[in-house]
Amino acid sequence: MKSEFWKRWGVLVTLILIFPLTILLPKFGIINPYIDLVLKYIGINIILAISLNLVNGYMGEFSVGHAGFMAIGAYTASLLTVWLFPRQLGPFLFPIALLSGGIAAGIAGLGIAFPSFRTRGDYLAIVTLAFNMIIKSVLENIEAIGGPRGFMGMEKLTSLWWVYLVVILMVFLARNYVFSNFGRGVLSIREDEIASGLVSVNTRQVKVLTFVFSAFLAGVAGGLFAHELQFINPRSFTILKSTDMLVMVYLGGIGSLGGSILGATVFTVVMEGLRSVLQQIGISQEWRLVVAPLMLILLMIFRPSGIMGLREFRFLIPHKERPEAFAGHREQMQARKAAKEVLP
Amino acid sequence: MEFYIQQILNALQVGSVYALIALGYTMVYGILAMINFAHGDIFMVSTYLAFFFSTMILGLVNGLNPILVFVLTLLVAMFGTALLAVVIERLAYKPLRTAPRMSAVITALGIGLFLENFMVAFKPVGPAPRFLPPLIPATNYNIGGVTVSTIQIVIIVVSALVMILLDTIVRRTMTGMAMRAISWDKSVVPLMGISVDRIISMTFALGAAVAAVGGTLYGIAYTIDPYMGIRIGWWAFISAVVGGIGNMRGAMIGGFILGFVEIFTPVFLPSTYRDFVAFSLLLILLIFRPTGILGRPMAQKV
Amino acid sequence: MTLLQIEQLTHYFGGLRAVQDFNLNLQPGELVALIGPNGAGKTTVFNLITGVYRPTEGNIAFRGQSLVGWPTHKIISMGIARTFQNVRLFKELSVLDNVRIAHYTRAGYSPLEALLRLPNFLQQEERVRQETLDLLNIFGLDDLAESTAKNLPYGQQRRLEIARALATRPALLLLDEPAAGMNPAEVEQLMETILWIRREFQLTILLIEHQMRVVMGITERIQVLDFGETIAEGTPTEIQNHPKVIEAYLGEEVAG
Repeated sequence: MKSEFWKRWGVLVTLILIFPLTILLPKFGIINPYIDLVLKYIGINIILAISLNLVNGYMGEFSVGHAGFMAIGAYTASLLTVWLFPRQLGPFLFPIALLSGGIAAGIAGLGIAFPSFRTRGDYLAIVTLAFNMIIKSVLENIEAIGGPRGFMGMEKLTSLWWVYLVVILMVFLARNYVFSNFGRGVLSIREDEIASGLVSVNTRQVKVLTFVFSAFLAGVAGGLFAHELQFINPRSFTILKSTDMLVMVYLGGIGSLGGSILGATVFTVVMEGLRSVLQQIGISQEWRLVVAPLMLILLMIFRPSGIMGLREFRFLIPHKERPEAFAGHREQMQARKAAKEVLP
Repeated sequence: MEFYIQQILNALQVGSVYALIALGYTMVYGILAMINFAHGDIFMVSTYLAFFFSTMILGLVNGLNPILVFVLTLLVAMFGTALLAVVIERLAYKPLRTAPRMSAVITALGIGLFLENFMVAFKPVGPAPRFLPPLIPATNYNIGGVTVSTIQIVIIVVSALVMILLDTIVRRTMTGMAMRAISWDKSVVPLMGISVDRIISMTFALGAAVAAVGGTLYGIAYTIDPYMGIRIGWWAFISAVVGGIGNMRGAMIGGFILGFVEIFTPVFLPSTYRDFVAFSLLLILLIFRPTGILGRPMAQKV
Repeated sequence: MTLLQIEQLTHYFGGLRAVQDFNLNLQPGELVALIGPNGAGKTTVFNLITGVYRPTEGNIAFRGQSLVGWPTHKIISMGIARTFQNVRLFKELSVLDNVRIAHYTRAGYSPLEALLRLPNFLQQEERVRQETLDLLNIFGLDDLAESTAKNLPYGQQRRLEIARALATRPALLLLDEPAAGMNPAEVEQLMETILWIRREFQLTILLIEHQMRVVMGITERIQVLDFGETIAEGTPTEIQNHPKVIEAYLGEEVAG
């Protein structure tokens, strides 16, 4: 009896129980500001990894310029909280800023969705990179928002519990997307785009939905990022950032939300861990930047499927889609089989 | 009028370097249908090879003829870069030849970034810009109101020579013909007793050597830094796409077009718009004419 | 009314002429075969009907409405489905998902409803699941619902492909060499299956096939293509003895 309840509601209950910890632990200094920061980065990176995984992993497309969407979200959210929203209301309007950043990024996502109708593979990769560069170039050229010097003045609105809530919400939405008609459409495009169209999948619609949703996620992450650093400039959002995202996705495993969560966590922890290790043995911090590309290369050659491969954590799979559910269905079908005519 | 001739000369200078690098991209794409994203950073490494060799030689031996040093530097840079390219190809790209395309492209990206960040972290190099020692006497001549420098002439002439040489190699030698054969149909070439692996390595080596010429020439005219691979490499890549990726003459033409974009954009727009113009050009091309000016269209069988 | 009407369909790939002046009229319920040597243009005709290529010239009308220029998924939604010469299943996906995907246009909910798991989403998903399992059951595949498609033996993969095609509730079914790779016993079964589904699902079937037993055994009308041109039309008996057909196949046994 108890385990039935736990199976259905276990995940939700655990998540609710953790929530107060995210407020109390930092507030009472039980976890120091550095750990607090790392946890926040893990959260932001989880959203980024899921965002990219939707396009590269689930859809099998080729985006290497997602940092551009993050930039749009970061700038949009920052401009709102600094210029438009009254300071005192900042903490309350924060979700609106994040949402707006996400929406702005989502609209930009259309800019990649349309080219993707006609281009695939390497060519699309270049399109996304060009897009990333253009966004960076445009941001550098708008003096009003600081140009190459960047934009600042944001309040530190990104608290651990905000990150916690936003991450849970984003994972929830992503999981709902993946385990739906549209998510299946995404997978079918990866498997065989032409066959997909030939079984009635509106591939254009799916591509638009996916690119926009993915960009939205990156934009929200950008907003969180901006209000943690309290300073953003175009150079934070180049191919280097996009590469970090790539590592997280491929490390964790394409086509797996759990993989992205894992990949983001492992990557963030390793990079931060390296920081102190290098300090201890007296090697300059610049060597840290060599690690991410190296990881990427080794992953591609030796384990392109990542940690999870294509598998998924059980708690992320909706109940009806799990293997146990099929057993239930089988019994149902047996009962109905008597009345049915079965083909040889 | 003189202003425009001056700018055309400048555009030719810049364009020559882009063309040389673009050739590397296009040759590898032609033979492997793969975009070697690391190529721009290989170019960057070549400039540092030129820097270290020339500095070292001039420090060791006194009173050497600078032209001699220049030629030696060129050769060393070409050889060293070619070696690097082949090592990368054998270690990283060869294992991935049967893997999905994504893996190779991402690996290439990774290698490029690795080279950049390695050079930044590596103490003897570091992020600060460097100058090559003066190998070509930098004298300016004034011809009818137009300033022509010896460096400019050297760049344009040497590039042209190298491009003609490469064109001849590809069209007239067995290796060149094998390269072109592989780009049309990989499976047939081994049947004629030619090792595909060797030809592929040769292609990488040639492309890198040519880029190294560009690197040395670039080094005698401008400063070098580890992040130049992104800027210049990307512009050269756009050149290759503009000309038609896979087509060598296209790469050369594309290089000069981008040279013109670089020099003439500041005439009409603020110079910070250069990147924007170049990348928008790329985007538009990719969407409406991905095969570029001289490229051949690819059909897909269902 | 005529279900499918193709008039003067011509298609070039660059300079290569793949189909020349192809005409076809299909009435509801017919079982027609398209035969001819390899490379005669038969699969191209299928690709043209389903919108994979846009015809250079000519018209294709389904239930009186022209299909030319329409995107593939729209044509499928109008009631045409097809299978492929080399089975093109979604290999990494489960058997269930392979068929569920075919319900894409009839899923019944919006992205927003899916994202927020609104009641309509839950209801429609359940409906789709039941319909899919029922369909799989007919083909004896429901026990394998959660198996990955690539792990199925060839014969079952072929059946899955037909099930997937039927999930789009077509009126016209295009079968591209359904008997490829089958032994005589399987071919017999296939012939029964085709006749059965035509009855059960009220289909019209257009069939590309090289195995003459199938063609002669179950089809009512045959059209023969060679080098993109129609060289003969008629009943199985007529075609069997047609000089041009025998010539085109040169030496191949046209058994009855």
